[in-house]
Amino acid sequence: MTVFIIRRLMQAAVVVFFMSFLVFSGVFVIGDPVDILISDEADEEDRERAIAALGLDKPFHIQYLRFLGKALQGDLGESFIFEEPALLLILERMPATMELALFALLLAVVLGIPLGMWAGLKPDSVAAKSIMTGSILGFSLPTFWVGIMMMMLFAVMLGWLPSTGRGETSEIFGLEVSFTSWDGIRHLLMPAINLSLFKLALVIRLSRAGTKEVIHQDYIKFARAKGVSRNRIILVHVLKNIMIPVVTVIGLEFGGLVAFSIVTETVFAWPGMGKLLIDSIGLLDRPVIVAYLTIIVFLFVIINLVVDILYSILDPRVRLQEMKA
Amino acid sequence: MTVINEDAGVASAGQGSEGVETPFQRFVSDFTESKIAVVSAFVVLAIVFIAVFAPLIAPTDPYDLSIVTVADKTMAPGAVMQSGQIAHMGTDGSGRDLLSGMIYGLRISLGIGIGSAVVALAIGVVVGLIAAYAGGRVDSVIMRLVDMQLSFPAILIALVLLVTLGKGVDKTLFALIVVQWAYYARTVRGSALVERRKEYIESAQCLALSKARILYRHLFPNVLAPLIVVGTMQTAHAIALEATLSFLGIGMEQTEPSLGSLISNGFQYIHSGHYWISIFPGLALLFTIVSINLVGDRLRDVLNPRLAK
Amino acid sequence: MAGSNGSVPTLDVENLQTYFFTKAGVVKAVDEVSFSVQPGKVLGLVGESGSGKTVTGFSIMGLVDEPGRIAGGHIKFRGEDLVGASEDRWQQLRGNQIAMIFQDPMMTLNPVLRIDTQMIEAIQAHENVSRDEARQRSRDALGQVGIPSPDERLKAYPHQFSGGMRQRVSIAIALLNKPDLIVADEPTTALDVTIQAQILYEAQKLCKETGTAMIWITHDLTVVAGLADEVAVMYAGRLVEHGSVDDVLDKPLHPYTHGLIGSVPSRNKRGKPLEQIPGMTPSLLNLPPGCAFKTRCPRADAACETAPDVTKPDGGHRLLRCHHPHLDELAEVPA
Repeated sequence: MTVFIIRRLMQAAVVVFFMSFLVFSGVFVIGDPVDILISDEADEEDRERAIAALGLDKPFHIQYLRFLGKALQGDLGESFIFEEPALLLILERMPATMELALFALLLAVVLGIPLGMWAGLKPDSVAAKSIMTGSILGFSLPTFWVGIMMMMLFAVMLGWLPSTGRGETSEIFGLEVSFTSWDGIRHLLMPAINLSLFKLALVIRLSRAGTKEVIHQDYIKFARAKGVSRNRIILVHVLKNIMIPVVTVIGLEFGGLVAFSIVTETVFAWPGMGKLLIDSIGLLDRPVIVAYLTIIVFLFVIINLVVDILYSILDPRVRLQEMKA
Repeated sequence: MTVINEDAGVASAGQGSEGVETPFQRFVSDFTESKIAVVSAFVVLAIVFIAVFAPLIAPTDPYDLSIVTVADKTMAPGAVMQSGQIAHMGTDGSGRDLLSGMIYGLRISLGIGIGSAVVALAIGVVVGLIAAYAGGRVDSVIMRLVDMQLSFPAILIALVLLVTLGKGVDKTLFALIVVQWAYYARTVRGSALVERRKEYIESAQCLALSKARILYRHLFPNVLAPLIVVGTMQTAHAIALEATLSFLGIGMEQTEPSLGSLISNGFQYIHSGHYWISIFPGLALLFTIVSINLVGDRLRDVLNPRLAK
Repeated sequence: MAGSNGSVPTLDVENLQTYFFTKAGVVKAVDEVSFSVQPGKVLGLVGESGSGKTVTGFSIMGLVDEPGRIAGGHIKFRGEDLVGASEDRWQQLRGNQIAMIFQDPMMTLNPVLRIDTQMIEAIQAHENVSRDEARQRSRDALGQVGIPSPDERLKAYPHQFSGGMRQRVSIAIALLNKPDLIVADEPTTALDVTIQAQILYEAQKLCKETGTAMIWITHDLTVVAGLADEVAVMYAGRLVEHGSVDDVLDKPLHPYTHGLIGSVPSRNKRGKPLEQIPGMTPSLLNLPPGCAFKTRCPRADAACETAPDVTKPDGGHRLLRCHHPHLDELAEVPA
């Protein structure tokens, strides 16, 4: 197990290094931030001083090595626009994104598993067919479009929910959260539902497929032959079996939620890291872009690692294979 | 109908079998069992038709700056524009006829979606077949790359590429190809590995057929079915992804608006009551993606013998 | 535990009909099957795969799933007719008074639940006992079926057991609540011969000691010979021959039973070609009228176009369903 984790950690480090290089070298090629940052009226001397201050006069590899060296110390550069450390800017916005993504994940699991199991247990019922049609829609509709429609319906036409922003927040363990107040929840609801739809459809499909497969296994019939109640069979025997693929996928998809929150945050003007990224792209705020992408790659690698470990805990058969390997 | 069947019966009776359908006939009859799939297939055909003949169908040319005037901006559906034309679906924020804009936008969306899917498919097929057939080190290097790429969501990779490359048709196309090829490679390799173990490949090898011939004449046709399914689904995905990227303002240039760019433009007017500017392109996008997906769903049911009843 | 009153059989099946209503037509998986089992006795239910033995077993457990259902007949458990009983009643009986052992030990235990979970739930489903007590009883049951260090094994997952050990675990689970009737569906088919022998021995001992009645479903006549008191032979969903194990195996009357016994290799047939029954079990879907065995039967003639009724060839309790039985066997005096 330890060997397995160490090996995975090393792989992860390689991926992070590789991706940071890719991102940095890519971003290096984008337009020249000097034109945007320095006013046209500034004289040549001012320009050069500014360029030197920002380190833009150095050759590419020096800039990258400097970036890498600093990154290892947690310094991902300073925003051209806000003149603040990029890492700090992103970390400030992170709680909002995480709250949104976690809430969406929660919705997907809490609604998706029961709906999917229902559809799997009674595949011919009207309810099951509606659930599956809904999940096809959830899969095919682009998130941003659904977000706009929701906003139009619930905010503009019906006026039930606020259309943009995060609402009232309060501090828990030093983190800004919005689910503690009614106003915060009202603001959170629409973006979270929007973000969760795709994953909800995924969880429904997985749970349904898993349920349909498990329910016909001999061990379910054997459990019935033991006189175990239907509820226990569904809640213990079936649920525990379908949890394995669902948890794996959900874990892997958490990174996807964080990535997709870029879209949802842009639609609902949710003040998270995704919106910061899109704003920074518009402003060519290179350090923030690089920092964001580095952080999200890092996040991904960690998520994949955690899911692997979680998976081996859930499925005893995997654990055995790992021990043999 | 009866006549045709009798003919077929007579024709095949001569060969000593009766009522044998060709694989294609069986495919068609299986596919048409689902009414939703047939309707979707027609919608897809209609959409492709509109996209191909956009200049002939669209009431006005939305790129013709001599017609487009800001005086026409944000007119409600049915209003008459300066040029005397009726804007059946209203006009957008810069005074273009929305219907024409959508038809041209559909053309761009569909072109990018199908174009990127086809190129990615070609790359994926070649890489996947090589991986499956070469095995060993080549296979593990390729598959590690594929796995690594697939562990990141498509939108993130496309975002990185477009942020670094900038906006535009060519760049969006490139990003979508990079995002998709790995899916095809994995699909092809997976089914090729299954097929490779079968005896007909062994017998082809025993006949000392060249590797290229075995790959393309024997292996490739047998991995075609899953490829068609993945290809259909991926095309819908690519269209949705392109729309999303354009909505975020990092996909297409505003001078060549796709459906996504149109929706993005309309989004600015959502609070001022000009609902049509984003709703109508949105519905066009919706119909396109959903009908392609439904066709893909049906194809999967029909072509995948493992899932067949 | 078991009914000591010998006159009431533990299980009395009368004219059982279990049909599957599929889109292609009605499959009469079990048709007009009758038999009974006395306490402490073992009934061997013999037939080829697809003959309806397993469905008979599931019918007795009330575990026939859609599109199948019991279309007629009675299943009397200690006098109580279970056909049409509520699901609640079934649930009370299953695993408690009627237990079942399945064919494939690799598939009967839930792979993601520990053995103790799967045993304790079987006890707690029927009795209001503490977890500790249920665990204690589970441990004893594992010991009883010969699993070494049961305390440790309770905490293991199914994949950590071999096939033979898993089948012992399922037998232990079946025994947990001291049932009056055990339906064993080919429980030793997937196992080594030596393990099979141990399990057969223990099963026999159990029946004798506790008065548990048992239905042992198998296709293996040698198992029946060593274990069963009575034997019922099934063919295409119907019982074709039924009687005491000595009578049926020594003097098979039905041509099918005759063929089955003839196809068992044995020492005194060395050098001679084994007899075989030509052809295959017919599809139960839209079975043609008449005797289902007629297409494979060397004795078939025009009379077999009508379905034979149940007869009592020796006037005793042997039952037979054939127009042309090997009545000469009855006349033969065994050496």
